[in-house]
Amino acid sequence: MIEVEDVHTYRGINYVLQGVDLAIPDQQCTVLLGRNGMGKTTLVQTIMGLLRPRRGSVRLDGRDVAGKPAYEVARLGVALVPQGRHVFPSLTVEENLTLGARRPLDGHAGTRWHLDLVYQLFPPLGDRRRNRGGQLSGGEQQMLAIGRALMTNPRLLLMDEPSEGLAPVIVERVGEVVSQLRAEGLSVFLVEQNYQLAVRSADTINILASGTVVWRGTPDELEGSPDVRETHLGV
Amino acid sequence: MTEFIVQTFNGLTLAGIIFLVSSGFTLIFGVMRVTNLAHGAVYLMGGYVAYSVIGDHTGYFFYGLAAGTAAMAGLGLLMERLLLPWLHHVEMAELLATLGLIYVIDDVSLAIWGGNPLNINLPGVLGDSSVLPFRRIVYPNGRFFILGVAVLVGVLLFAMLRLTRVGAIIRAGVDDRDMVNALGINVRRVFTGVFVLGSALAGFAGVLGVPVLGLYTGGDTTILLFALAVVVVGGLGSYEGAIVGSLVIGLVDTYGTAYFPAISYVVLFIPLVVILLVRPQGILGRRVMA
Repeated sequence: MIEVEDVHTYRGINYVLQGVDLAIPDQQCTVLLGRNGMGKTTLVQTIMGLLRPRRGSVRLDGRDVAGKPAYEVARLGVALVPQGRHVFPSLTVEENLTLGARRPLDGHAGTRWHLDLVYQLFPPLGDRRRNRGGQLSGGEQQMLAIGRALMTNPRLLLMDEPSEGLAPVIVERVGEVVSQLRAEGLSVFLVEQNYQLAVRSADTINILASGTVVWRGTPDELEGSPDVRETHLGV
Repeated sequence: MTEFIVQTFNGLTLAGIIFLVSSGFTLIFGVMRVTNLAHGAVYLMGGYVAYSVIGDHTGYFFYGLAAGTAAMAGLGLLMERLLLPWLHHVEMAELLATLGLIYVIDDVSLAIWGGNPLNINLPGVLGDSSVLPFRRIVYPNGRFFILGVAVLVGVLLFAMLRLTRVGAIIRAGVDDRDMVNALGINVRRVFTGVFVLGSALAGFAGVLGVPVLGLYTGGDTTILLFALAVVVVGGLGSYEGAIVGSLVIGLVDTYGTAYFPAISYVVLFIPLVVILLVRPQGILGRRVMA
């Protein structure tokens, strides 16, 4: 359970997050929508500990982790699939996967991930295990980024625009995987531009605009609010 | 022809010393994005420390080598823990601070060891020369020893980088530090380790380099220039680039000094200019991504 409360984050001199409140409940898929430049990635990086908020708290099971370094947040069970995938280009696929591999924390429910399971989930990765990360296609890199995060056996998966720049068939596969992970009891925080993928995956949807959460509701409520979609998403 | 063969051996020996220095320089830059201009000064101090430990006992050479290496590992640790945090990853501050450190270290060395060039002799059979089986070339054993050690260290470093988990973390850190952190790995500790390793390599090279290049205040800027030339040629942050760059710079400088002594510095810069024009990221470097 993550509770983001009144978080203000700067990126250099830009005042990006201007008081964000948001909850990521356990074993649910929480979606963050919003146009470009509204601060979605900044929020993900603040939760992960890659950016330090100027003010506010990020509580992980009641414990404030705001400003803690990312490696500590990761060890508490948070994993990141970053925007742009950021696989390690000079490491092999297998090295990418094993680099952050960890046993699950005590009380871990659901799948205990290891190499063979990741290769089962994404067979193309098994075929290319000796290839360098930089030699993979965009879709394979996305699979690798997700597999790499799963290998840390997280409780919460932060996914920042996993569908970006991918062919529709791969986006479809990403959507299936998100649903599968959520069904297995993993908490997912999904940041998306792809409205269809978001609505299909979400338990709760948050819309970020100009650095604050301006709307929160279920997928059905968003479907039934054309004015909200028009104003904040343009769909 | 005999002259050319001898110069080639000289060039390879020089390349070995340059490689030991520039591999540390490039690792530190690759992982930490810190351009440590004081790296040459660390090299110099390694030689001075060894000189004091060895004293009049040529046989103590390997104690000196160990002491110079260990002392510079310690100096690296101090720099990384005490100096760098003050600079907050501001590139210009790091450049100026490490540049300033050169002057401090130079003056300290001047105060302790004086301004006269010093030397360290290699012990026992390493101090002799051998007659090579072809063309009856007489060549110092010590230079082959230095070259052999450089190759050995190069192979060990390569194995460490390619085959071990720490090596994988270092390579991943060169690619993308934030992502390594986000995987639960304390990159800060890896940084410290790399800085200490790089400084230890510089100190090690500083001792091995004395029999070839001598030991004198100002020797640090010469070796720094070589290291900078190597990373321009090979690509900053690339380990393989340090190998290739060291060979190019070591051989070119040696041939230049031997055959075109009047313009030897110009000769050294020819490969730099060519690389900067043709492939600015270096032979094995990658374009820096924003």
